[in-house]
Amino acid sequence: MMGIVSYGSYIPKFRIKVEEIARVWGEDAKKIKGGLGVYEKSVPDVDEDAATIAVEAAREAIKRAKINPEDIGAVFVGSESHPYAVKPTATIVGEALGVGNDYYAADLEFACKAGTAGMQICYSMVKSGIIRYGLAIGADTSQARPGDALEYAAAAGGAAFLIGKDPIAEIEATYSFTSDTPDFWRRDLQPYPSHGGRFTGQPAYFRHIISAARGLMEKYGYKTEDFDYAVFHMPNAKFPVRAARMLGFSEEHISQGLVVRAIGNAYSGSSLLGLAATLDIAEPDERILLVSFGSGAGSDAFALRVTDRIKEFEREPKVWEKIERKVYVDYAIYLKHRRKIRA
Amino acid sequence: MRRVAVVGVGQSKFGELWDKGFRDIVLEAGREALEDADLEGKEIEAIFVGNMSGGRYLGQEHIAALIADYAGLAEFGIPATRVEAADASGGLAVRQAYMAVASGMHDIVIAAGAEKVTDVGDPMEILSASVDIEWERFVGGNLPALYAIIARLHMETFGTTEEDLALISVKNHRNGALNPKAQFQRVIRVEDVLNSPYVAEPLKLLDCASVSDGAAAVILASEDVAREITDTPVFIEACTQASDYLALQSRKDILTMNSVVKAARESYKIAGVEPKDIQVAEIHDSFTIAEVLAYEDLGFAEKGEGAELIREGVTEIGGKIPVNPSGGLKACGHAVGATGVRQIVELTLQLRGEAGKRQVEAEKGLALNIGGTGATAVVSVLGR
Amino acid sequence: MVPRSWRKIKYRYDLRGSYCENCGNYHYPPRNFCPTCRRRGKVIETLFPEEGRVVSYTVVREKEPYIVALIELDNGARVLSQVCCDPSEMKIGMRVRKAFRRYGEDNEDGIIHYGTKFVPVN
Repeated sequence: MMGIVSYGSYIPKFRIKVEEIARVWGEDAKKIKGGLGVYEKSVPDVDEDAATIAVEAAREAIKRAKINPEDIGAVFVGSESHPYAVKPTATIVGEALGVGNDYYAADLEFACKAGTAGMQICYSMVKSGIIRYGLAIGADTSQARPGDALEYAAAAGGAAFLIGKDPIAEIEATYSFTSDTPDFWRRDLQPYPSHGGRFTGQPAYFRHIISAARGLMEKYGYKTEDFDYAVFHMPNAKFPVRAARMLGFSEEHISQGLVVRAIGNAYSGSSLLGLAATLDIAEPDERILLVSFGSGAGSDAFALRVTDRIKEFEREPKVWEKIERKVYVDYAIYLKHRRKIRA
Repeated sequence: MRRVAVVGVGQSKFGELWDKGFRDIVLEAGREALEDADLEGKEIEAIFVGNMSGGRYLGQEHIAALIADYAGLAEFGIPATRVEAADASGGLAVRQAYMAVASGMHDIVIAAGAEKVTDVGDPMEILSASVDIEWERFVGGNLPALYAIIARLHMETFGTTEEDLALISVKNHRNGALNPKAQFQRVIRVEDVLNSPYVAEPLKLLDCASVSDGAAAVILASEDVAREITDTPVFIEACTQASDYLALQSRKDILTMNSVVKAARESYKIAGVEPKDIQVAEIHDSFTIAEVLAYEDLGFAEKGEGAELIREGVTEIGGKIPVNPSGGLKACGHAVGATGVRQIVELTLQLRGEAGKRQVEAEKGLALNIGGTGATAVVSVLGR
Repeated sequence: MVPRSWRKIKYRYDLRGSYCENCGNYHYPPRNFCPTCRRRGKVIETLFPEEGRVVSYTVVREKEPYIVALIELDNGARVLSQVCCDPSEMKIGMRVRKAFRRYGEDNEDGIIHYGTKFVPVN
């Protein structure tokens, strides 16, 4: 049996409220909160980035797994805010974790699904027997153009998943639905992404999430009722709720993973943080459906079955507890932390 | 080992000397020393130079050769040596010169200290190269930050206050106002120090000596030669040097500078004196806390009780042991490599009775020159 | 100075110092020579504890304030590092835990320096 052996997460402690961003742009905070379902988002410290978030999340995963980091055979870091355009985050992470030199590594980019893509690669390598453990991380300090709608939700955070044998959650199946759909993109050297507005909805997010979920279920014989929890990528709180409904899930199925309300959309970390929050309370034999979405576009779907091993697994501090550890900043400090203004 | 005496002293004004280049200030100090000793210059057999960083402050290395050249001594091909121990470079130069004469190697030598810092952007930044660059500076531990860390622990452990530290600065400024060569001639009050902006808490702007331009020179001679040159030789009765771990994190107790304790103990032994016999001292007050710590490590006060001396006025001119009658580093300005030599100039003037308005009654004096946060210390005991 | 920073990566990204098997002392930064034993020493590299207590600290206020602290790790070795918190939270004796953070960069087009800072243990 193989799957998730351990997981860790990291959310920077600073938060900015929707009211504060709306104040600067003269917008109606109530309307925005109502529209997005998000009330505040996480903000990294000035000295944090996707690499530091990846390391913190991965260190927690390794500590909980109680393994020797040198037994990790692969490190894949998915992000759309890698600190370097050329020079991998994965090697910075590998070095900081003490993985040694015997490992496969690469950085991944597929908008918000780069982290789950890494999970699939690690799963394949474990399944084929060429590695003992693989580390897949999704971490981001997502940027949004000031004054753009995305600014209310573009957040920072990440989660790390250690894949191997004797898991706490078995990867029973995984399936991806992919197409060339330009809903959201960023050209090289451009500081901020661009997006197609409402085009990001039905032709992009919903088409891929639903197709991936249904594709997984059809190919592997699952029904909605087989799942106790569902975690979808969270660009806001509305889309995943609607996707859940379209697939026949209730809000109860997804509320545990709906971290976006309180921390915003951590891009490559989004669905993975939702998964971590769900694993924090899942019981043996419960099944989780995870469906990520990355613009450009694609969705990775997973059927995960929790095993007995989760009972001995250290799950403190929980993701929702970390979410509650926060310090508020105003818009000017937020700009400084995001390095949009520098000395 | 022969007895060694100071026969001539000289120094430039210390400060932001925009109109003077490095060569100008060195020659100014050297000429004054030669005039003081009534020597032509050709009598000098060797030159020892204390300069922390000609390379970074001026892009110039080979400093001793440069000075020998401009002093007209390259004409005789005398040996010229530069020594470096951050801001204890001057003390090192004095000690090297002392050893050269005491050993019998030379009869008359000159020890010079000089630094020109205002030709570059950030003088304190370069002085911060005196800390462990890779493990202290890298994490943001520049020189003020490290002294601040010492200060805070001293305050927490022994109850020393920011007011106590301010009194040190006030005393030194009061003394400096009596010293025409000091950079700062302004008397300040405790409130001025307490209201000055924080540099690294708890140290404020007026707790920190400015890094300045300046040069000083002392001519040393063996006793026999000294008595031919002058009626007022001032003897260097001991000149010792010690080291300590460079990074604060490597030391067991950051509230004691082991280099100072060791060098002082050895100097006292060699000179046959105890701390209470010292009647005037020039102490390295790169930061006010450094002077308080020195009171303890030199044995003028018990560990932790250094602040009492300043509170009770013991180290004022007129007190039992005047410290920094010249104004110290704080009022004179800290010309890095020149400071250690300037201290010997001051003690010599004091012991000769030539210190003008800031004169104290003394027959035994002590100089303490420290490198960085105390990885090097040079202690000298001078006597009539 | 790329090669010089590169050599330090192992000891900055994590708290990796040295231990002398002869006298049992820990050192950070790691040493080639045990200062207690010198030639008699047997120095090996080892990973240090994640937590420690603040021995002393300062808030450097020349430009943007940052906190530098002398921290004693749980194995007795001391390390100078930055602490990421509000200055008002700092107290001598408080417990802190390591965190992986950015220390700076060699210009906008140069390499990024990562290293270990500390955060309060809550």
